[in-house]
Amino acid sequence: MTPTTTYPAARIEADPGLPIIRITRDFVATPAQLHRAHTDPELFARWVGPRSLDTRIEEWDARTGGCWRYVASREGVEFGFHGTFHEVRPDRIVQTFTFDGAPDEVALETLRFEDLGDGHTRLHAQSLVDSFEGRDAWLRSGMESGVNEGYDKLEELVTDGVL
Amino acid sequence: MADELSRVFAALADPTRRDLLARLSVADATVGQLAAPYHVTVQAVSKHVRVLQDAGLVSRDGHSHRRPVHLEAEVFDLMTRWIERYRLQAEERYRRLDAVLAAMDDDAENTNPPRQESA
Repeated sequence: MTPTTTYPAARIEADPGLPIIRITRDFVATPAQLHRAHTDPELFARWVGPRSLDTRIEEWDARTGGCWRYVASREGVEFGFHGTFHEVRPDRIVQTFTFDGAPDEVALETLRFEDLGDGHTRLHAQSLVDSFEGRDAWLRSGMESGVNEGYDKLEELVTDGVL
Repeated sequence: MADELSRVFAALADPTRRDLLARLSVADATVGQLAAPYHVTVQAVSKHVRVLQDAGLVSRDGHSHRRPVHLEAEVFDLMTRWIERYRLQAEERYRRLDAVLAAMDDDAENTNPPRQESA
């Protein structure tokens, strides 16, 4: 029997009491596949986006204690991000995340892959940032890039990607 | 802007205040009317209303309890718009991940190549 997919589209929650953003999303994939898409640098670069940016992985050691660094670029403008893999387990990845443009700030990201059975997995992604101001800046950044990229392009991409 | 949003989140952290907002989304009400269904004093509700007011979520002409409290829909919109954009961005990212995962089925087969049958 196919499990009922409760969160086919990303569900987001901004915790009112803590500077946390939680995202829940279901995938037609096994936890192992989802894990691989998060730890294999080549695969990761293909989806981390945003679409309008090219992602170049510069450092990637997806093991507990390893470092990562990638650069997203668009027409010569580059945005670098770096952090460490605090813990890499089959069902859980904990990593730090810093945007080069705000080197004093660090987010702690916890990803959990919940096996729903039958080839379905629920991703629980939690980002704990330094402050409410930082969290709100993140939310604003989502707004800015969201405006530039319409739904049409999105659907087109999905279709292209799947085919 | 960031401070404004922070105050909004803080104001929404309290279940009573969320409930007050839900009721104000239906119609304006005075503090007395808002307090009626609760087992709390008008003063306590008045405090909650002040927090909501400081966050810009509600407004009131003057401080009299007789003045109706009004929900400021724009502030609500501001917050939901930010969150929704962020959600869309995440959803967009995860749709790309869907595609990567869908293609991975093939990759997975390739990583377990059939034993040299045709090679």
